[in-house]
Amino acid sequence: MIAIFQETSKPKVIEGLTGDWELVIGMEIHAQISSKSKLFSGASTSFGSEPNSNVSFIDAGMPGMLPVLNKFCIEQAVRTGLGLNAKINLISKFDRKNYFYPDLPQGYQISQLFEPLVGEGEVTIDVKPGITRKVRIERIHIEQDAGKSIHDLDPELSFVDLNRTGVALMEIVSKPDIRSPEEASEYVRKIRQILRYLGTCDGNMQEGSLRADVNISVCRVGDYSKYEETGDLSSLGTRCEIKNMNSMRFIHQAIDFESKRQIGIIEDGGLINQETRLYDPEKNETRSLRSKEEAHDYRYFPCPDLLPLELKERWVKSIAETLPELPDIKRNRFISTYGITEYDASILTAEIESADFFEKVAKTRDGKTSANWIINDLFGRLNKEAISLDQSPISADQLGGIIDLILANQISTKIAKELFDIVWRNGGDPADIVVKNGMLQVSDISSLEEVISQIIDKNPEQVNKIKTNPKLIGWFVGQVMKATDGKANPKSVNELLTEKLLIK
Amino acid sequence: MAIDTETVKHVANLARINITDEELVPLSEELSTILKFMEQLNSVDVDGIDPLTSVTPMALNLRDDIVDDGEKPNQILMNAPNRREGFFTVPKVIE
Repeated sequence: MIAIFQETSKPKVIEGLTGDWELVIGMEIHAQISSKSKLFSGASTSFGSEPNSNVSFIDAGMPGMLPVLNKFCIEQAVRTGLGLNAKINLISKFDRKNYFYPDLPQGYQISQLFEPLVGEGEVTIDVKPGITRKVRIERIHIEQDAGKSIHDLDPELSFVDLNRTGVALMEIVSKPDIRSPEEASEYVRKIRQILRYLGTCDGNMQEGSLRADVNISVCRVGDYSKYEETGDLSSLGTRCEIKNMNSMRFIHQAIDFESKRQIGIIEDGGLINQETRLYDPEKNETRSLRSKEEAHDYRYFPCPDLLPLELKERWVKSIAETLPELPDIKRNRFISTYGITEYDASILTAEIESADFFEKVAKTRDGKTSANWIINDLFGRLNKEAISLDQSPISADQLGGIIDLILANQISTKIAKELFDIVWRNGGDPADIVVKNGMLQVSDISSLEEVISQIIDKNPEQVNKIKTNPKLIGWFVGQVMKATDGKANPKSVNELLTEKLLIK
Repeated sequence: MAIDTETVKHVANLARINITDEELVPLSEELSTILKFMEQLNSVDVDGIDPLTSVTPMALNLRDDIVDDGEKPNQILMNAPNRREGFFTVPKVIE
């Protein structure tokens, strides 16, 4: 294993009128657990179904219905906890969070306030290559999602769809360890990446499978170390919570705006109200979310419908044994095994699908060449055509075939690009295509010599000039390539030309 | 702990229960009596005793991750006072 030097990321310092300020950020990430059925009912979790078709009487909050816990959802949350190096609580309990809203027919959300399933953990985020920060996880608990209200279909009415009601969520709560907008979006990216590696959440932010509430406060330089020493949150400023963020770019922008807003208020002699705010990306501002209900008073109490959840140590261990290789470990292995750069390794391990693709190609081939072709040519083309890797018309075997031909000096890089395009459009076995289309490189000395003699005969002036300007050899190489439709082996051409024109 | 009429109003509002001014005083007295009774339980020493969550030795029932419910939007919407195009409709809620 290569030891990569790591430096701790520096907190962002914001210059105010009265001195410097620092940011303190904590996050709650709501991640939808990948499961077929809901947390407490047998209704489907599929996205995009007809309204109110994925709803059981339990989800609809009908009287007398009882929740029955989905074992797989627990397994997924435990797997997530293990993937975040967190403590698994063998006994956890369910509580009711009470509030009224049209998309919450039960009148309460079943959650875990007092004794969550997963305790403290830790994740390392990469702010820049070699610059990292450890963010502590405070807890992960499981809870029900609410339904969806649509407000823009009628001027007088809200439309309610309960398909999402009761879908299992994990709420991943961080400690206030995040210190800049960059770290915040990097934290979300890292959590999303780990969840996708674990297969516990699909991470689809557009569909709302992963959303974050961001808690932000500002403090004077030095106040944070007081908090670190004492653990006393009162050394820090009053925080505001920005709800329901589903884009890393918006998280970054919202934190930028909100921190400046808070600093402005404090420097004008005002006080920050602890409140919930919404980010409006069109105006790039946060607004207070004034709820008519008096200050949040959820009257949590233990859910009388559910016994405590007791897990067996043995079961937790069996889940731990099936954990996949996680992104950081995979990235470091790619660097040491395949000799690729940290930057390339980060790109290739960003998604588990691309890591698997790379490994298929590079297993029996040069790592650097494989990485270059996947990142530059394949990803470049996928991006251009706006399709994902699983829709790629070129398979790992086909790309491997092209690379084999390059490494065996049978085609030049230029021809390889043409070949890539042919395989992309028409498919087929690269080795067959080059033979059929006469694309194989000419390394045969006698046929190359013939071409070179012709060019030398036709261009006596250039031949004269090269004696004083050896750089002109490039021009001759170009002529040979032109005459052979790019199929001449550039190395052989160079050697032959040097021999004929320069050494003499 | 005594419950004053303001607390009664607050709790009633949170629970969406409509109460008249005449009910405030009697309700605050009733709730205070209930709480006083509960407070007596606080005098019992329960140090080192695990809370009893079930009177029979039962473990939490779990189910497998199988889709075996739903697909009955008509039944789900049957009792709704208002619905349109498969949705429940309610007076506009804007947060």
